[in-house]
Amino acid sequence: MRIRRRTFFKIGAAAGAAAIASRPREASAAVTHARVDTPAVLVDTTKCVGCRACEAACAEANGLPGPALAGDGQVYDSRRDTGTQAFTVVNRFEAKGAPVRFAKKQCMHCLDPGCASACIARAIEKTPEGPVVYHGEHCLGCRYCMVACPFDVPKFEYESAAPYVRKCTFCAERQANGMAPACTSVCPSGALTFGTRDALLEGARERLYRPGSQYVRHIYGEREAGGTSWLYISDRPLDQLGFKSNVLMQSIPSLTQPALAAVPFILTLWPPLLMGLYTFSQKRALAAGERPGGAHAADPEEVRHA
Amino acid sequence: MRNGASAVLARPWITEKVLLGLGPREYVKSLLTPGNLVVGLILAVGIPVIIYRFAFGLGAATNLTQQAPWGIWIGFDMLCGVALAAGGFTLASAVYILGLEEYHPVVRPAVLTAFLGYVFAVLGLLCDLGRPWNLPIPMFHSFGTTSVMFEVGWCVFLYTTVLALEFAPQAFEWLNWKRARHFLVKLTLGLTVVAVMLSTLHQSSLGALFLLAPNKLHPLWYSAFIPIYFFISAIAAGVSMVIVESALSHRAFQSRLDHHVNLDQLTTGLARAAAIVLFAYFFLKLQGLADGGHWALLATGWGAWYLFEMIGFILVPSLLFAHGARTRRVTLVRWTAAWTVLGIVVNRLNVSVIAMNWNAAQHYVPSWMEVVTSITLVTMGVQMFRWVVNRMPVLRELPDYRDAH
Repeated sequence: MRIRRRTFFKIGAAAGAAAIASRPREASAAVTHARVDTPAVLVDTTKCVGCRACEAACAEANGLPGPALAGDGQVYDSRRDTGTQAFTVVNRFEAKGAPVRFAKKQCMHCLDPGCASACIARAIEKTPEGPVVYHGEHCLGCRYCMVACPFDVPKFEYESAAPYVRKCTFCAERQANGMAPACTSVCPSGALTFGTRDALLEGARERLYRPGSQYVRHIYGEREAGGTSWLYISDRPLDQLGFKSNVLMQSIPSLTQPALAAVPFILTLWPPLLMGLYTFSQKRALAAGERPGGAHAADPEEVRHA
Repeated sequence: MRNGASAVLARPWITEKVLLGLGPREYVKSLLTPGNLVVGLILAVGIPVIIYRFAFGLGAATNLTQQAPWGIWIGFDMLCGVALAAGGFTLASAVYILGLEEYHPVVRPAVLTAFLGYVFAVLGLLCDLGRPWNLPIPMFHSFGTTSVMFEVGWCVFLYTTVLALEFAPQAFEWLNWKRARHFLVKLTLGLTVVAVMLSTLHQSSLGALFLLAPNKLHPLWYSAFIPIYFFISAIAAGVSMVIVESALSHRAFQSRLDHHVNLDQLTTGLARAAAIVLFAYFFLKLQGLADGGHWALLATGWGAWYLFEMIGFILVPSLLFAHGARTRRVTLVRWTAAWTVLGIVVNRLNVSVIAMNWNAAQHYVPSWMEVVTSITLVTMGVQMFRWVVNRMPVLRELPDYRDAH
């Protein structure tokens, strides 16, 4: 078979259409990079007294039932995790010969969040203002955000027949109205400092490198998962305070970007390549003195019985 | 003679096309076989379980947790369903693009298997989604273009449509809609090209889904090459599945066969292809292992399991396929194909469930309702296959269409 002009145009048109169809991919939902001075919180675990006022404030601000075992010391007997009804929890960590430490857990509000990049329906969004928020009306409940989160933050309402994903919102609404997140506004010990990320990082380094400083020289969240809005410092290695030490120092979306970048190439390169192979196979059949088979014979069935 | 012919013509359409030429009462009687009894039992348990899942939510029906959000409905129904359905695009491209005409007799059953595989993978996905009624949102309203899942979603949606169109000529021959069939047959080449494009994309992207979980998937299975592994192994799985499925079909549907076809010869040909693909897959996996540099982990329990997969499920079947093809041991090839299919299932479950969250405190084990749902969906798929093969020209061609163009 000769490639006729018409066939050639057809292939060209198909490749062009494929290229156009693949373009929206470049418009990225997650790459609405947050501003440099994104709002952030510095958690100094050496200052936390474990009063759990942040838990209570969080529950109130989000309309959640009050925190478990309010005012009961036994709450620290077991490790708790955030859940669909508790967007933040404080856990106690004891070690021999070291002071007791408490660590608050909530969404880290990554600068380039894996959950938002993973969402098929943009139900999770990194707002330009900084908070990573959830739009339940778009959610399919596929739970890929949970797979994507290196901190295991998004929680799913398994008990519901119409479930949502739930997590800390960084009090995006309060922030929009000029208020600090509920948890930080009630902290009595100065363990939580709300501010801009740059300033907080600078302040944290100052504490870490002060002469005689007892701090471990690592700001958890500075580079973890490409950087998070919540930053932690401590006088004990943070993996001893329930933090994951195996989180990559690289943004999660950057791990899937190469695979997604291959899409336009496959869409544009496969059709001409396959049509080329088809043309060769037809020529070979002709040269062998057979009637060409393949799909372009008026009917494929014809060939085998010819 | 004349009377006989007119009697056939006089039979109502439904008797002829649906009830296999039997009267309604005879047809129902013909369904009362031991095999169908088992099927009936499975459906009698499985369908209420699926209803229960939708009524009471995922928590009531599954063992999924906040730490293990994906179970066998993703790992088996979706990942394996799609991988094992890869025979559709593999065989179609071999015949319609590369012109390997001799494989034509296995294209139709491969396309049908693929179509049903996708349909039931999607049904499994619907069971797994918390809010499946929101499916139109990512398709038409709010596009998560940064998500690998978005690519998978669109490709699976489009490719299932393509498979339906590829399969449609068989249905049209059954219905005797010659013009519609003729129109679709003309699209064969275009559909095949689109099928290869879409399959390349989503077969690999199903692996790419796991790229963003490097701290959850065991390092021996996590690799930047997962998309390539998934694509290559899907081809091996698809070819093996065609070998297994054609062998089973030739046993089960004796009366529906085209006896001109030398299946043994096709089987050894497919075995040669499977041997090469599996060998390439083995070497790519080795490359990934070297790239990851986790040699020390091979000495652990996970390492033993990894090596078992690498050698037992990839290297050994590759060599057995090659040996079987050379010595024309068709039975060996068929058992090897079944073993390879099992190996790909193990691989997909390793990546999505078994080696996933390997370092977590608790490990996910599916609930009986999850297992029953998966079994029910597979059973329904097999039943659909039987229903179609018994009626439509899948395993052989209708005399009318051999040279009617």
